[in-house]
Amino acid sequence: MLKDITLGQFFPGDTIVHNLDPRTKIIIVVLYIVALFSAQGVVTYGLMLIFLITCIRLSKVGAKAILNGMRPVVIILIFTGVLNLFYNTTGDVLVQWWVFTITTGGVRTAFFMVVRILMLISGTFLLTYTTSPIMLTDGIENLLGPLKKLHVPVHELAMMMSIALRFIPTLIEETDKIMSAQKARGADFDSGNLVDKAKALIPLLVPLFVSAFRRADELATAMECRCYHGGEGRTRLKNLVYTKEDYMALGLGVALTAVVMALAIGFGV
Amino acid sequence: MEPILELRNLSCVYSQGTPFEHQALSDVSLSIYPGEYVGMIGHTGSGKSTLIQHLNGLLKPTSGQILLHGKDIWESKESVREAKFHVGLVFQYPEYQLFEETVYKDIAFGPTNMKLSRDEIDRRVHEAAHFVGLEERHLEKSPFELSGGQKRRVAIAGVIAMEPEVLILDEPTAGLDPAGRDAILANIRDYHQSKGSTIILVSHSMEEVARSVERIVVVNDGKIPLDGTPHDIFSHSEELRAMGLGIPQVTQVFQRLKELGLPIEDDCVYTMDEARDVLLALAEKRGRSAC
Amino acid sequence: MEQKNIIETKDITFQYPDVPEGASLVLDGVNLSIEQGSCVAILGHNGSGKSTLAKHMNAVYLPSGGTVYVDGMDTADEKYLLDIRRTVGMVFQNPDNQIVANVVEEDVAFAPENLGVPSEEIRRRVDEALKIVGMSKYARHAPHLLSGGQKQRIAIAGVIAMLPRCIVLDEPTAMLDPIGREDVMRTITRLNRERGTTIVLITHHMDEAAQADRLVVMDRGKIIADGPPKQVFQQVEQLKAVGLTVPETVGLLDQLRQGGVDVPLDALSVEECAQAIYRALA
Repeated sequence: MLKDITLGQFFPGDTIVHNLDPRTKIIIVVLYIVALFSAQGVVTYGLMLIFLITCIRLSKVGAKAILNGMRPVVIILIFTGVLNLFYNTTGDVLVQWWVFTITTGGVRTAFFMVVRILMLISGTFLLTYTTSPIMLTDGIENLLGPLKKLHVPVHELAMMMSIALRFIPTLIEETDKIMSAQKARGADFDSGNLVDKAKALIPLLVPLFVSAFRRADELATAMECRCYHGGEGRTRLKNLVYTKEDYMALGLGVALTAVVMALAIGFGV
Repeated sequence: MEPILELRNLSCVYSQGTPFEHQALSDVSLSIYPGEYVGMIGHTGSGKSTLIQHLNGLLKPTSGQILLHGKDIWESKESVREAKFHVGLVFQYPEYQLFEETVYKDIAFGPTNMKLSRDEIDRRVHEAAHFVGLEERHLEKSPFELSGGQKRRVAIAGVIAMEPEVLILDEPTAGLDPAGRDAILANIRDYHQSKGSTIILVSHSMEEVARSVERIVVVNDGKIPLDGTPHDIFSHSEELRAMGLGIPQVTQVFQRLKELGLPIEDDCVYTMDEARDVLLALAEKRGRSAC
Repeated sequence: MEQKNIIETKDITFQYPDVPEGASLVLDGVNLSIEQGSCVAILGHNGSGKSTLAKHMNAVYLPSGGTVYVDGMDTADEKYLLDIRRTVGMVFQNPDNQIVANVVEEDVAFAPENLGVPSEEIRRRVDEALKIVGMSKYARHAPHLLSGGQKQRIAIAGVIAMLPRCIVLDEPTAMLDPIGREDVMRTITRLNRERGTTIVLITHHMDEAAQADRLVVMDRGKIIADGPPKQVFQQVEQLKAVGLTVPETVGLLDQLRQGGVDVPLDALSVEECAQAIYRALA
């Protein structure tokens, strides 16, 4: 079901992970990704995994929500895994059949590649699950602030992103509804060849676009009525301030990245 | 008489096995007979939307059966698809599903999916347009050029054109002004009378339902606590209020009049015409005894 | 000096651009004064111009002819734009399309943020606004998971947070179920009675209009009736002629009158109506 898509969803809560400054979280996620890509072996991946699990536990988001988010990428995961399995032919040969060779090296790369993607997704999902889109875009806007001097419309981009995130659930619900309505008129979205399937989407996409434009128009008016006039002179309900916890979290993030990189580059573990 | 549609012990659970698990319908049984005009009321979240989407096979029940002419609609892939043509469902705000270049083509969408001949489609489009009060000149227009009320009519015509044996309308008058509401209800009534088809009108307006239907099904909390004639239903005013549903103003006036001591035999009057007749008869009686 | 009339329209006309010449005007000479602190309902069928009129009240639309004053400020004068919008808040029909943020309290904060209100003051206003609409519990919820009535109350809170002196609501209950409608109506009347906020309610639900202290009826861009609900609803035939109805109570009394029973027409509530009939028949 479309409704099960959790992309971009936010689970409100009152934990240390929720309450960290969004900038802290964004920086830590960036560091985490850097560390993840430099990780080499069991030790470094293990360290990262402990860090990730601790964060998930602290956030009280629940492993289930994180796993649910994985569903759309299962295909990519399998594909990457299989590709790496055959691509790397170093190490001892385990299986050899026709043109396919599976080696210990292949198994190792495939395994770590899949783990890396899973951890990458979990980490970024944890960010969006625990940070309200507005805070997230506020954080990004703030971090990218210096770009304003180069006339990059940072505020506008951030506002666009937060509205997009706000309307994802609404549009998903709407898609579901239009689909049901057209099915009730005998529309068939499932059978036929590719051309038939593409054609079958017209009764879904036309109303969806019409509705999205109508919503955009109404939203623009409503925003203007609430005195929106661009980023100039705007204040915030929650001003971004780094607290003691933020400095500690940032310190921990930097330290972890440094350790992982040192271990990976220096010792290859 | 054999029911045309029958629900047997229908249950529906959403998102089973997740923290969001929610029992939308629990053990619902209901029979709808040919030619009936049924009103279905219940507040948002009562399960009525889930219920009607089961009636044409859009949703698959978690347990229980839906029988159309005595045959389970989930028997085969074909029978589920077929059910959608026998049981027409007009969604809430159906104007948002219009997509074709012309009104004609949009109304023809359902019949075309039924693989009917061109002549038959043409006949049905014209007939359906006529039923909802659309004029010939509207047919070649783009549906997006029409007014809100006209769009709604086009969308309803799109389902009527499939000539379903059972027509379900979910809040067909939502958001319309009084004249628009009356016109749509009159169209539906005409359609019911001239085609003899079964109608299920889903609404949360008691006044609206009271004026049109001969049977009311109340949905509350995933169950059907009340099912009967409007007269039966509106005499349960306390229970209805507890479910967050009102009773028509006229009925309230009559209940109060009886409390005040007017000799009214039947305190469950729910239409304006009936109320007028009862009161005028009473006035006449008074007038005579005063002379 | 504070104006007695928060909104004044002086002979305004309106036509959309790109409409062929000779088409009838959407608004055709509307003169309307809304008194500070009053609760006015504007009735009319779809296309009568009532929504268009509402959109003139905080400079969403500017009149093609005539002038609109909001608290003495000409809406056509751009330098007043923000002041006008903060004086007259606007709530629209579809709650989904006016909620900007993913978290209730952040949405309510949107307007004061735009106005450059300091953070502590925003926090205070948000908490207060949510309390007024009875949604404090939901401050940290995601709006898309709320019911229609709750969403609409969030939208109202978002407007209250600007501390407007007047709120214009354009069919705020059209998409709601009876429970949602009742909650929204209760919120609106409370705002008017307890806080003295001027309310302009656009609706075509007669029972909602009956709760206002003044009723303005529009047809084809003109005001055709204006007065207290009890008085306006007595014009049963005129209202029907312009595609409107009267509450069932008044409708019933009207029918009895036509049948020769001497009942007054100004009994709007169930109780008043029952009493009136009782007096005539007992």
